[in-house]
Amino acid sequence: MKRWAFCRAGAGCDEGRSRKALVFGMGLMSAYKLRLRRQYLLARAYRRGSQLKSVVNRMAGLRGQPILLFSTMRNERVRLPYFLDYYRKLGVDHFLIVDNASTDGTREYLLDQADVSLWSTDAGYKQSRFGMDWMMHLLRRHGVGNWCLTVDVDEFLVYPFCETRPLRALTDWLDSAGTRSFSSMILDMYPKGAMHEQPYREGQNPFDIAQYFDSGNYTISRNPTFRNLWIQGGPRARVFFADRPKKAPAMNKIPLVKWDPSYAYISSTHMMLPRGLNLTYETGGGEKPSGCLLHAKFLDTFALKAEEELQRGQHYAQSHEYRAYREGIAQERDLWCNWSEKYINWRQLEILGLMSKGNWA
Amino acid sequence: MTVGIVMLCHTALHRAAQVARHWATQGCPVVIHLDRRVAEVDRAKLAAALSNLPDVRFSARIACDWGTFSLVQASITAATQMLRDFPGVGHVYLASGSCLPIRPVAELQAHLAAHPMTDFIESVTTADVGWTVGGLNKERFTLRFPFSWKKQRRLFDAYVALQRRLGLTRRIPQGIVPHLGSQWWCLTRASLQAILSHPDRARNDRYFRRVWIPDESYFQTLIRQVSSRVESRSLTLSKFDFQGRPHVFYDDHLHLLRRTDAFVARKIWSQADLLYDTYLSPTADQAPRLEPTPGKIDRLFAKAVERRLKGRPGLYMQSRFPTKARGGNRSAAPYGVFEGFADLFPDFHPWLARVADARVHGHLFAPGRVQFAGEERVFKGGLSDSVTLRDYNPRSFLTNLIWNSRGERQCFQFGPGDAQEIAPFLAGDPNASIMIVSGAFVIPLWQSGLPFAEIRAEAARLQKIEADFIELLNAPDTKARIRVWTLADLVEDRVEPLQQIVDWLNPRAPHRMTELPQMVDLTGFSAFLQELRNQGMQPVLMGDVPDTAGQPGAYPGLSRPQLAK
Repeated sequence: MKRWAFCRAGAGCDEGRSRKALVFGMGLMSAYKLRLRRQYLLARAYRRGSQLKSVVNRMAGLRGQPILLFSTMRNERVRLPYFLDYYRKLGVDHFLIVDNASTDGTREYLLDQADVSLWSTDAGYKQSRFGMDWMMHLLRRHGVGNWCLTVDVDEFLVYPFCETRPLRALTDWLDSAGTRSFSSMILDMYPKGAMHEQPYREGQNPFDIAQYFDSGNYTISRNPTFRNLWIQGGPRARVFFADRPKKAPAMNKIPLVKWDPSYAYISSTHMMLPRGLNLTYETGGGEKPSGCLLHAKFLDTFALKAEEELQRGQHYAQSHEYRAYREGIAQERDLWCNWSEKYINWRQLEILGLMSKGNWA
Repeated sequence: MTVGIVMLCHTALHRAAQVARHWATQGCPVVIHLDRRVAEVDRAKLAAALSNLPDVRFSARIACDWGTFSLVQASITAATQMLRDFPGVGHVYLASGSCLPIRPVAELQAHLAAHPMTDFIESVTTADVGWTVGGLNKERFTLRFPFSWKKQRRLFDAYVALQRRLGLTRRIPQGIVPHLGSQWWCLTRASLQAILSHPDRARNDRYFRRVWIPDESYFQTLIRQVSSRVESRSLTLSKFDFQGRPHVFYDDHLHLLRRTDAFVARKIWSQADLLYDTYLSPTADQAPRLEPTPGKIDRLFAKAVERRLKGRPGLYMQSRFPTKARGGNRSAAPYGVFEGFADLFPDFHPWLARVADARVHGHLFAPGRVQFAGEERVFKGGLSDSVTLRDYNPRSFLTNLIWNSRGERQCFQFGPGDAQEIAPFLAGDPNASIMIVSGAFVIPLWQSGLPFAEIRAEAARLQKIEADFIELLNAPDTKARIRVWTLADLVEDRVEPLQQIVDWLNPRAPHRMTELPQMVDLTGFSAFLQELRNQGMQPVLMGDVPDTAGQPGAYPGLSRPQLAK
């Protein structure tokens, strides 16, 4: 119980106060259940780790506290060049990637990159909690003590001042504030017109095509068990899930974490244990700093992917999401509407209230 | 005479070396205090980097902990060495390894030469200090602090609380008047010498060893005993956030730094290459000087702290989710909620849009479809007209709508036929102005031509819902601005209520209305109400509607009524 009862990070630890309230407020029993759950997730990740076969490990040369990026992918060759380049420019020092049986040259491309360490597996994506078991295994083995970014190949992190300050500036600042996790909600980006009309070329900025987003239709509620905010909304809820909003995908994510061996992601990177890590928001009226993950999902590659995923049945909730998309695509191909906002930069997202600078100036 | 720089360093030593070289090559001797915890390799590297500069010295190393006397001790040791080794030094400037000179060294030298007897040190009595974090200012001097604030926060807090409860205090030594201020100072040789060789020095040190954060009070207090000319401001630009942590400067602050009148800035991010390159380059002196506007930088950081503590009212997002208990505005801007008016005045919408200068929606919470203004399928921010989406989280729906249309007043119709889940939220929101014509909901029923039995049942149902809503609004903890008229009130005098709507929503509008919306013809309406009564329903919310209602007659003049609050 020790970890719950004392704030290890000590001074400046944002979560300290709430954790105190947590211990007294919810009773030891449920704290104990969460602990068991966390240990289960850790054990699971440890077991599933044996499915990973190391293809190449280039981490020996890393010095100091590198910023690491973790990702699982399958057949994403066309997206890779821009993805790697984007995060290199932000200041990611090394990529740790699991290749889940790609057949399109993803693996060969990654092998050629000097800052990529690669693992491969043919095991089921779904059986590995959609790759999270593999991710957690690598996080625990290689991420401890470092700032770790866990993202999909179609997610692009935007944070306050990201045009002028590298990721290291953010993590240094978070370190000095005693903050261990940084929230960045998913922002679905989409093109004007049908997805197949503007094909994506390798190396291209996907947001040259998918320029638009929904700025203010997100619903938020608090998850009492894990204390995270559950955010839904955006074009997916508006178009695909209007009649069953509860099933709409979660948009809240905590992709950037200073990893500790005791941490666990519960569902994708939506929420974590210990749950103090989920308290990335202020309840007294103030704003903590946060970012956005621009989601380049809705490109011409999407229809193909939806079909493939449906065949494999390897995606979240029996591919419910993809099924809904396929129906939605058939009925209403265009996610764009009169009030769609055209993306400019992080300041725009800040002004719209989708992310915040907090007290970082 | 020149100025000597004492640098306290513990991290980013390559930057410290760069800065030390900059000072030394421009004629300012440097004494570096290096934290004893710094590894020997790093020390050696730093020493090697500066080995060709005879005027850079290293003082004896002490392990420094934040908030303790060790920092003062380090400053004293280094300053003593400075005074001893460099007789040409007239002022000693205390800086850290992450400080960066942001004005030419010659300007600093000239400034100090022009004020040879002045001590530049922020020094404020504890009673006048407003910046300390945690409420400890005077108590820094009167309580004991054996526990580390950073590592043993609970013990620290508990022990402070205990001492307060028991009334335990330390006696402040005679002659000491506690002062606080920025730890980055610039003192004259004479003053520094006087403090260091003061007859009470041993006693003072003993006392300050147990004071909390003595680096912000030791020199700041003692200078008052020895100096005749204290200029109470720091020459170092250093801003603190609400937790007492220094704000960090990055490359994108360059334009702001150019506009400050301080000589040194702290703290600079160690990888802010542009800042270091700009200010340490040999040509830095030639950069055009801009008119200093230090207020700009203050505003920037004050705004950041406000954003963190107060945030943007009415915004609900991933890192701001105010809970109900804290009160305050629930929405981003004032908005109007109208119940019954549209039933009584068929052209109420266009009228309201004209007089109130607002976006007027229909029934946003209607059962069939969200009635956005202009019958739009999707509204600002991508809000859908889907009822399932709205009812999934009505609060988010409404707060989003208000947030998305900041800068434009929103009004919407509400009624007993609408989804009522939002009602408690409306009642608790100080931004809501809710105006109700109670009982007006029967007018459409009366006009509907449905079988009377159905009308009666529906009227009874709606009356119950509206009565519940009005009761909710009458609860003592309601924060919305509320006005309820009965249908009979409106029929009697429609001018006063309508005038009040305009006054509330658009206070800057002309005081007299020039147009009124047309009321429905209510001929036969009172007979209808009587029929309801005859059928056993009690229409209580309508008031006593007279028989002649709605017929053209004499209106009371369009006078401006007294506002009832």
